Amino acid sequence: MPAELAGRASVFAALGDETRLGLVGRLSAGPPQSISRLASGSALTRQGVTKHLRVLEGAGLVRSARVGREARFELVPEPLKAARAYLDEVSAQWDDALARLKSFVER
Amino acid sequence: MSDSIEKRVELSAPVSRVWRALTDHREFGEWFRVSIDAPFAPGRTARGNIPHPGYEHLTWEATVEAIEPERLFSFRWHPYAVDPNVDYAGEPTTLVEFRLEAKECGTVLTVTESGFDAIPPHRRAEAFRMNDRGWSIQVENIARHVGHAG
Repeated sequence: MPAELAGRASVFAALGDETRLGLVGRLSAGPPQSISRLASGSALTRQGVTKHLRVLEGAGLVRSARVGREARFELVPEPLKAARAYLDEVSAQWDDALARLKSFVER
Repeated sequence: MSDSIEKRVELSAPVSRVWRALTDHREFGEWFRVSIDAPFAPGRTARGNIPHPGYEHLTWEATVEAIEPERLFSFRWHPYAVDPNVDYAGEPTTLVEFRLEAKECGTVLTVTESGFDAIPPHRRAEAFRMNDRGWSIQVENIARHVGHAG
């Protein structure tokens, strides 16, 4: 399965971690960044950053491109949007169901 | 982003009334809009059908986990397990929990659904294939049908 098709479950799993959420936050704010750039200004080692980036890459949330000898990572927003939309749908179903429950017990 | 959904609703009805609406399978079926075949019991899988034209072939299934009187009711199910050609039986489920709390207004009900990160890869692929043909629209339709059934 291509990275772009990795779905919401791995997206949720990938984001269920403060460190990765932080990396996504940093990548969403700016241009593609190298591992050393991401490691600087954080408590993580380069290996630590690499490990977390691989998980995000596996979920289709980041992709890397080579610039010279260096890999630069950027955010891929689509899986985030799809996962968000899915949760919104489930959430809307619950809103409907709970509104029916409310009128059911209050009548 | 969290992999769970949480809803909190204040109900102007005593806890005992809300508890019955949640755990009596006939009452649950009335507001949830599904006809369930047998009473809820811990460890038992409740089955039902959605009484709406075009959806009668779908089986609604939920396996009850906890029944702690007037406090907690929970079950596991397959969210959006709506393709009759797919056997969802062996797949991970999400956990739905209803928690009740007595308040001056009556009852505060908190509903959480968690575990979306466990949905297996082939369903992810399927979800995205559906998405290509307007997956979100299909889900909306289902939600609307389920919402207005019966």
